[in-house]
Amino acid sequence: MVALKKKGLQTLMFSEPPIITSWASMVGPKEGEGPWANDFDMILEDYLFGEESWEKAESKILRETIKLVLSKQGLEPQDAEVMLAGDLLNQIISSSYAAREINIPFLGLYGACSTMAESLLVGSILVDGGYFERVVTATSSHHYTAERQFRFPTEQGVQKVPSSQWTATAAGALLIQKDGLGPKVVCATVGKVVDMGQTDAANMGGAMAPAAVDTIKIHFQDTGRTPDYYDFIVTGDLGSVGMTLAGELFQKEGIVPTPNYSDCGVLLYDGLQGVDSGGSGCGCSGCMLAGPLLKKIKKKEINRLLFVATGALMSPTSTFQGESIPGIAHAVAIENS
Amino acid sequence: MTAESEERLKTAQQEEYHHLVNRVKPKPPVIKNCLWAFVVGGLICVIGQLILNYLLMLGINKVDASSLDSIIMVFLGALFTGLGVYDDLGQKAGAGSIVPITGFANAIVASAMEFKREGYIFGVGARIFSIAGPTLVFGFVASVLIGLVKLWIIH
Repeated sequence: MVALKKKGLQTLMFSEPPIITSWASMVGPKEGEGPWANDFDMILEDYLFGEESWEKAESKILRETIKLVLSKQGLEPQDAEVMLAGDLLNQIISSSYAAREINIPFLGLYGACSTMAESLLVGSILVDGGYFERVVTATSSHHYTAERQFRFPTEQGVQKVPSSQWTATAAGALLIQKDGLGPKVVCATVGKVVDMGQTDAANMGGAMAPAAVDTIKIHFQDTGRTPDYYDFIVTGDLGSVGMTLAGELFQKEGIVPTPNYSDCGVLLYDGLQGVDSGGSGCGCSGCMLAGPLLKKIKKKEINRLLFVATGALMSPTSTFQGESIPGIAHAVAIENS
Repeated sequence: MTAESEERLKTAQQEEYHHLVNRVKPKPPVIKNCLWAFVVGGLICVIGQLILNYLLMLGINKVDASSLDSIIMVFLGALFTGLGVYDDLGQKAGAGSIVPITGFANAIVASAMEFKREGYIFGVGARIFSIAGPTLVFGFVASVLIGLVKLWIIH
């Protein structure tokens, strides 16, 4: 028995491409000051969102974004058949607690900052496979929950280095359906874990860039497509340092996706916001996809998008034990029909 | 390829990539950072000195005045951490605001504030020294060693 919907080594071709019928994004105050303020559905006034802790706030952001994505289609939360979500916190509590409130079947995912692509990929498999008709995929991150878990207490006076990135306070959610109107998820490439021995937790873009390039390379090999097939190729959160590195690696591999290549971490903020190398976090690529990018697809400014969310799969424990940072990237091709 | 040569190829690739990263990675603005550290660190010390002089002027003896001065500086470090200013200062000044005793206060108060939401026992109590802990531990170790040196060599 051969895998009928697999092409090449790692790419899944959907026979009945699932449709992204609705999308929603919610961002924090800082992201709201960036260049995409008009493209997000909601900009929070503060980081607590009426909650007692940042963790509760993050979970609420995710929960409200999921409710919003469904309400845009006139649906109630329980109308979604399954929810696929993940975030950065230990034991993905933001997602689990959001799922507790929403009370629909839930599959928790962890792919660090690649979660938006991972959830979209798995959700599309479930819809294309005929298991579910309406799947919600979502992800979130919060600057201060990530900061205290991965780095220092937030009021600690430490100096950041220019290669460090700013974890976005943001959530993105997509509704994937078998029938409906909207852009289609045509194919997806499941990424490998790539570790080039980088140990600098203040340079995550550098750790993830080889994984992004590997997945994109395999995607083109598997599908037989070339970079100019896509109007836009966007990686998740490499930041400006990681994006430059990816550019060098692309040239080495003989792939030149510029000038239609960019990175959500570079796009999310404008240069004056003090974010050093750029944005990061699950919400970074999550809100960019479920906001500006899908909006551009709807307006037909982009007709074929390759969305490659990237994740750094380390933990503070592995960092302290001197382990290098493994990177991962999953690619999802979204096209207007 | 044998496992060994595969391993060697991987190491070579990692090394090559490491060089690429070092070439691309932006360098921190060392001179600017040093100037900030010098000015801010210096100012903190000047404030400490002014307070000390004032205390001496009040007629407090030198030992007590030094202790009082430290207490006041720790209080100021804690206060400005609580007001949410010290982390912004640290972003600019780096070591200039970490090394003085106010930086020590910042490390402790920032941890206490951060973990208050996990309660007073497992939050504040357990994690208040999560950043300053190493300073204390190795400070104690150093003091014991110096004590031993004094005991064995000087006597």
